[in-house]
Amino acid sequence: MSIWEYANPKKFMQTSAWALPWVAGLAIILLLGGLIWGFFLTPDDYKQGSTVKIIYLHVPSAMMGVSAWFMMLAGSLIWLIRRHHVSALAAKAAAPVGLTFTLIGLVTGAIWGQPMWGTWWAWDPRLTSFLILALFYLGYIALWEAIEDPDTAADLTAILCIVGSVFAFLSRYAVLFWSQGLHQGASLSVVGGDQVDNVYGAPLVACIAGFVLLFLTLVLLRTRTEIRSRRIKALLARERRV
Amino acid sequence: MIALLMRDLRLAMRAGGGFGLGLAFFLMVVVLVPLGVGPEFAVLRRIAPGVLWVGALLACLLSLDRLFALDFEDGSLELLATAPIPMEGVVAIKSLAHWLVTGLPLTLIAPVLALLMNLAPEGYVWLVVALALGTPALSVIGAFGAALTVGLKRGGLLLSLLVLPMYVPTLIFGTEVVKRGAVGMELGTPLLFLAGVTLASMALLPIAAAAAIRANLK
Amino acid sequence: MDMVATNLAVARGGQRVLEGVSFRLTPGEVLVLRGANGIGKTTLLRALAGLQPFEAGKVVADDMAYAGHANGVKAMLTVRENLGFWAAVNGVAEVEAALTALDLVTLRDRRAADLSAGQKRRLALARLLVSGRMVWLLDEPTVSLDAASVALFGAVLRGHLVRGGSALIATHIDLGLPEARETDLTPYRAVQRLDGAFDEAFA
Repeated sequence: MSIWEYANPKKFMQTSAWALPWVAGLAIILLLGGLIWGFFLTPDDYKQGSTVKIIYLHVPSAMMGVSAWFMMLAGSLIWLIRRHHVSALAAKAAAPVGLTFTLIGLVTGAIWGQPMWGTWWAWDPRLTSFLILALFYLGYIALWEAIEDPDTAADLTAILCIVGSVFAFLSRYAVLFWSQGLHQGASLSVVGGDQVDNVYGAPLVACIAGFVLLFLTLVLLRTRTEIRSRRIKALLARERRV
Repeated sequence: MIALLMRDLRLAMRAGGGFGLGLAFFLMVVVLVPLGVGPEFAVLRRIAPGVLWVGALLACLLSLDRLFALDFEDGSLELLATAPIPMEGVVAIKSLAHWLVTGLPLTLIAPVLALLMNLAPEGYVWLVVALALGTPALSVIGAFGAALTVGLKRGGLLLSLLVLPMYVPTLIFGTEVVKRGAVGMELGTPLLFLAGVTLASMALLPIAAAAAIRANLK
Repeated sequence: MDMVATNLAVARGGQRVLEGVSFRLTPGEVLVLRGANGIGKTTLLRALAGLQPFEAGKVVADDMAYAGHANGVKAMLTVRENLGFWAAVNGVAEVEAALTALDLVTLRDRRAADLSAGQKRRLALARLLVSGRMVWLLDEPTVSLDAASVALFGAVLRGHLVRGGSALIATHIDLGLPEARETDLTPYRAVQRLDGAFDEAFA
């Protein structure tokens, strides 16, 4: 039995129906646990005060904002190479979720930045890159919406996703080149450096895991909806023909 | 291929082809900005590279939605798809034609408009060099966006939404070249990046655009 | 070379419309496709031209010239420029002969924008003569042609057949070609699958 069997819409619907409650439940537990732990059971930072606690929303959503795009890229490649409808629909389903995470990342960043840097918005490389990423999401979603034929839409958005990835990546480096930033370094990293303290680290990891599962839940739900709406369309078309 | 280039150029020059509109628009942007920000020489000098680049970028965008749409509507694109030239070649040639009627004139007229923006004298050469290197990328990236939206009734607005984010690297490296040139700084790095983005776009995007057109013709 | 099509199936808008279409077209032969509106004549011709994929089946053939509903005529170019462009693209030199064959010589320097609908159609058909291809795929070629022009086109087609060419034509009218073979596509209308697997949603 190969992994591609799950790309069959029917099989996918069965498997995802079984998996969804578990994924969703685990997401709720981790998010509630991580956020309560982070917000109420950790000390204030000696420099940043309680403002620092927005990190539990800011960092995971920013990470998922980027990861969702990578997932869309994978889905697009699978669609173009193997023509599995589920992967195209999963990429379509992930886009608004990824955009939302990106926007949450930007908004929480602004709320955090205001007391820290004294401004809601700075043209900092990281912030700017995320703003550009949000624009790429918007274009991708708009293209899906604009094209009527579902297979043509899947083809064109997949091509856009691949080319867009390259340009998003290029923009990231162009923006780094363009301005040196105010933004602090990576919050979590294996190699060490200017990262957050352990007190904040453990709940942060829980929150990140929770966000990953939340993302998975939303994408599974939305993919199921997409599959169902495709079936409704097919049924309506059949009705018209009989 | 040469026949296609000649046809597109001829169509652009004939009445209704829209040749010159881009230039007029570029002029308009550069006239409006000082009216908006005020006439101080120092301020204009500082923002000149950015304004000139953004103006060129928007002027390039103007004529893009017609790049494939006209051929799509009258059936020529279908016929080109069945003709013995590869669709990648069609995209490359049509991008070249687009550059010859927009990017190239923009590059040539830019020094005159730079005068209005009070660009530092040292910057003129680099402005022309940067635009000459960067505008081909604008045409090719735009052709890709036009290929994605060719089947849509009102694709123009969507086209800008798709294409403008992809113009970011060219814009950043292009203005950086002019900025550094104007103050006599070393500018090899942004210049190489600018050329790199253009060359990579020219090499790879026609393939993606051709795939998009084939999907749209289905 | 014979054109051999085996078991073709085509879809329009995600719905399979024709299946099991097989035919053979030998040089010097005309095959006329018949069938009600919406049966899939245009879809089949577009697929044969390579503009959309077949859902199933195989075609062995030389390159084909396609003339669809749209004329593919540039309004701002003259008749000669229009035709000369396609001749150059296809690497064919006989522009004058094509103009003569479709009675366009007197209109040669007129802008296509100033032509009547029938004249534009003749220009679109003249393009077939500079295509350099032996198999023509024609979708309603006589739309907006008057009786005299239809006869003119019939003569052009006959000349093409005499030179060893062949044609596949979707049309409702009689082209005045007694030798033309006809195929009704009605029996090939795709049968609906009712297997309940919803596969048609993802055809």
